[in-house]
Amino acid sequence: MTHSGTTKPKGPIAAAPEKIPITLIVNGAEAKLSVAPWTTLLDALRDYLDLTGTKKGCDHGQCGACTVLVDGRRINSCLTLAVMKEGAEVTTVEGLARNGELHPLQQAFIDHDAFQCGYCTSGQICSAAGLIAEGKAKTADEIRELMSGNICRCGAYPNIVAAIQQAMGRS
Amino acid sequence: MIPFQYTRASDVADAIKQIAADPSAKFIAGGTNLLDLIKYDVATPTRLIDISRLPLGNVEETANGGVLIGALVPNTDLAYHPLIEARYPLLSRSILAGASQQLRNMASTGGNLVQRTRCFYFYDATTPCNKREPGSGCSAIDGINRINAILGTSQSCIATHPSDMCVALAVLEAIVHVTGPAGARTIALADFHRLPDNTPQIDTNLEPDEIITAIELPAKGFSTNYSYLKIRDRLSYAFALVSVAAALELDGDTIKEARVALGGVAHKPWRSPAAEVVLRGQRADASTFANAADILLRGARGFGHNDFKIGLARRAIVRTLSQAARGTPQSISDKKIR
Ligand SMILES: Cc1cc2nc3c(=O)[nH]c(=O)nc-3n(C[C@H](O)[C@H](O)[C@H](O)COP(=O)(O)OP(=O)(O)OC[C@H]3O[C@@H](n4cnc5c(N)ncnc54)[C@H](O)[C@@H]3O)c2cc1C
Ligand code: SF4
Ligand code: FES
Ligand code: FES
Repeated sequence: MTHSGTTKPKGPIAAAPEKIPITLIVNGAEAKLSVAPWTTLLDALRDYLDLTGTKKGCDHGQCGACTVLVDGRRINSCLTLAVMKEGAEVTTVEGLARNGELHPLQQAFIDHDAFQCGYCTSGQICSAAGLIAEGKAKTADEIRELMSGNICRCGAYPNIVAAIQQAMGRS
Repeated sequence: MIPFQYTRASDVADAIKQIAADPSAKFIAGGTNLLDLIKYDVATPTRLIDISRLPLGNVEETANGGVLIGALVPNTDLAYHPLIEARYPLLSRSILAGASQQLRNMASTGGNLVQRTRCFYFYDATTPCNKREPGSGCSAIDGINRINAILGTSQSCIATHPSDMCVALAVLEAIVHVTGPAGARTIALADFHRLPDNTPQIDTNLEPDEIITAIELPAKGFSTNYSYLKIRDRLSYAFALVSVAAALELDGDTIKEARVALGGVAHKPWRSPAAEVVLRGQRADASTFANAADILLRGARGFGHNDFKIGLARRAIVRTLSQAARGTPQSISDKKIR
């Protein structure tokens, strides 16, 4: 068989992975993208939409770094497929500030120094936004329990609880 | 992740048609167990059939005083549903003891039942595991088995079912409604999950081409005297080493009706009719509860690292029954066990 660098193969050598077009409303703006079925929402946000605020920690639902809000509820974006969220409203840490002003939770995390390395922080803040919307946590114990899906390897927990209490007081 | 195709089911009939036509396809609901397993190459479906948009999201009262829960009701919504909080608080508490709020927001009622019975080796595709690869052997029996089962084990598998919700459903004697190519049928929760025997690769008696449509709760909710106690290595966001769901009906100090189920100790939620018989008609006190614990744990066997579970379970059973009798169920956020 002769080889020519300029001749294109007549047909596909292997079936190309079939991409599926989807529309998401991300941080209030419509985003159209075409993804392979096995693309997680986390990878779609980071790799297709360049929203790298949402972090990949464990990729298995065990750390909470990938927490985003979908239709107002906090979920682990690493354990859902982008194609399953067709038409959904997604809010990431990049979408929390309003008119150039930090979200009360973002401000509270700064005020209370509620991080060290910062890797868990965007997940903590999105999770706390979900927690406040749920309205189930009143006491510090309840905040700790309902924030247990967000691990902080740096151990900033006391300051995270204090920051959330401050933001709850304001909203 | 391995490549797979993705389709959506348009209704229950379509979901059954699609799964019956493709033995290597799987339903996906919340995705929290299935995608986790796919990422570890433990589950290798060639197609996912998305059932998450099917209209199975209602919680409604039944004519005989019970409640019918749609298979797609998220765990969080079920735990906080006013009917469940008021009449089946044991179910609420057990759900809220599991996973994290993010995961509970995603996880469905049906998916919680069908999540794989497992152990660490099951997740590690480089090790022998009869559940993952029938006939390859069990790495846990002579391996690190701290989290493994003490009851109902077999020579082929000592894995545990990880669900908290199912332990409460066992006590409440829930009924699973399923539909398949042959039509609809119901399965009592006690018969839904299986013991490992020689076929640990089969966790449940659900046929591969059947879909769960709903879970039915009978009228009896034990909303006065109940408790769910979960003992684990962390105070939250960890699977149970041992958990106990207890429900009592009292007449003064005397036990009229009693139900107890254990989680984290077997391939399925563990109940013992004989243990409940010795509770009925007796005084609700520690010695009665200790008798029941002995019967529940009859035949319990440790495999080395998990020997501690037998004593832990005995104390947890007595404590949970005491909490139920006092009407002071274990708090979810206050971690002290009283
Ligand atoms: C980090 C982590 C910690 C966890 N901790 C706990 C814990 O402490 N306690 C606890 O109880 N659970 C825990 N879980 C497990 C969690 O509760 C389950 O993963 C969840 O309930 C599964 O539901 P799902 O809808 O996401 O299922 P999916 O992942 O969508 O599906 C799971 C299986 O069920 C099948 N299935 C789904 N719906 C149906 C249906 N209607 N009919 C037929 N088959 C169906 C799917 O085909 C698949 O095989 C944890 C999970 C993670 C990732
Ligand atoms: S206990 Fe069961 S799941 Fe674990 S290694 Fe043995 S066969 Fe596999
Ligand atoms: S990256 Fe999703 S939970 Fe860790
Ligand atoms: S600040 Fe480092 S992990 Fe939380």
